[in-house]
Amino acid sequence: MAEPQRARPKPTPETQHFWDGTKAGELRLQRCDACAHVYFPPRPFCPSCASRKVSVFKASGKGFLYSYVINHRPAAPGFTPPYAIAVVELAEGPRMMSNIVDCPQTPEALELDMKLEVAFQELDDKISLPVFRPAKG
Amino acid sequence: MRKNQVAVVGAAETTELGVIPNASQLQLHADAALNAIADAGLKLSDIDGFATAVETPQQVCHYLGIKPTWVDGTSVGGCSFMLHVRHAAAAIEAGLCKTVLITHAESGKSMIGKQPRFTPADSLNGQFEAPYGVYGPPSMFPIPVLRFMKTYGITHEQLASVAVVQREWAAKNPRAMMKDPITVTDVLNSRMIAYPFRLLQCCLVTDGGGALILTSADRARDFPRKPVYIMGTGESVETPMVSQMETFNSSRAFKTAGPLAFKEAGIAHKDVDHLMIYDAFAHLPLFGLGDLGFMPYEETGKFIADGNTRPGGKLPLNTNGGGLSYMHSGMYGMYALQESVRQMRGIAPAQVPNAKISVCHGVGGMFAASGTIVFTNER
Repeated sequence: MAEPQRARPKPTPETQHFWDGTKAGELRLQRCDACAHVYFPPRPFCPSCASRKVSVFKASGKGFLYSYVINHRPAAPGFTPPYAIAVVELAEGPRMMSNIVDCPQTPEALELDMKLEVAFQELDDKISLPVFRPAKG
Repeated sequence: MRKNQVAVVGAAETTELGVIPNASQLQLHADAALNAIADAGLKLSDIDGFATAVETPQQVCHYLGIKPTWVDGTSVGGCSFMLHVRHAAAAIEAGLCKTVLITHAESGKSMIGKQPRFTPADSLNGQFEAPYGVYGPPSMFPIPVLRFMKTYGITHEQLASVAVVQREWAAKNPRAMMKDPITVTDVLNSRMIAYPFRLLQCCLVTDGGGALILTSADRARDFPRKPVYIMGTGESVETPMVSQMETFNSSRAFKTAGPLAFKEAGIAHKDVDHLMIYDAFAHLPLFGLGDLGFMPYEETGKFIADGNTRPGGKLPLNTNGGGLSYMHSGMYGMYALQESVRQMRGIAPAQVPNAKISVCHGVGGMFAASGTIVFTNER
């Protein structure tokens, strides 16, 4: 029997550019051409001013640990508990859910406000997932 | 909306609460509805307005044999029933219907006739949260807690005291699932579920249901029970993705719904005799106390740990034992409303003496939605 897999995202027309980006090793965000608001998750208009003139850009991939839980039970398919489910605040402003890699999954190691940088985890030939690791230096 | 124009004239829970292996979710709706109709001294044919969540109005109306002229299927999670009360009050005032039945039921434990919750892989939650291992409310709802604790200096012991105090209330309630006393140490030694929360800081999972009947305040005088008036109401939604909340230091939906209800009721915090804050997890009462404006967020943990919300305290909170100790079917808002109504009728198992104003505050999803109702027994 195959191992249960972690949930795979399925892109929509509005989010395809984001998943194309992660596949190419880029974290892509959107910025409103009218009011400069940077937002996430993807959509083809600005949720702040409603302008449809928006641009996709490559984000710095830097951020900090905003909050998290360390999940013990029940564990999602494809995960070995305990594992942290984190929310990262990106340098550009938006926050996103993620996992923290290359770091013990403990309250001692996972300090709020610690600096993080993006990494990409290849799930299959279509999807790479943005995750974060402690920033170097 | 004008205050005290609409009243609750019927209120009841399912005949049993807890583990109910002999009834489907739909039958639990009917059981609660029939109990509420008996409580109000009405016939099914008297109901001309109907609201429910998760199950559709057509499903429950057909099963019960109700022919409504007004329906509301607002389904925003566990506080849907607070929103139903608000919408029903507006509909009755507008003359769209006269007598509204609101039902909730959930076979949350036995899972009989209940659709499993499912997150499509191409939804925003499916793309941007599910791949990171969220798996049910315990892995999602507590995500803001560590940030809230750091911002306001809230301690693990204070968050544990929420469960301790609510168990004290539950001990007074024969229908509560969990009645044995617990200590802060017990809470902090209970099984880890999703750090920082342990088993005793997470809600129960049970079967049950409840129903309310509302009509105009003028008609309410002719009913057998003491009317409980709708004094003020508020509602809002924020986001289905906990990661996308504006901040983890408060809930925007709470901060919208709560003050709206207080303003409509024309009351100040010192007027509140009894308070329900939907406690799916132990942090919700702290968010609620802060977001509803009872005190600065920094003081919420200490306020509860110091015993101010326990039996005999100055602000009785979650007096049925709450979702942590009374019951939690999955959408607990109906049970919070039932306890507010019991308190206003003066018949609660742990009755707050001379309570005249009760505030009932609900959450839906993981801070996704909110509804607040202010009740009074004086017109």
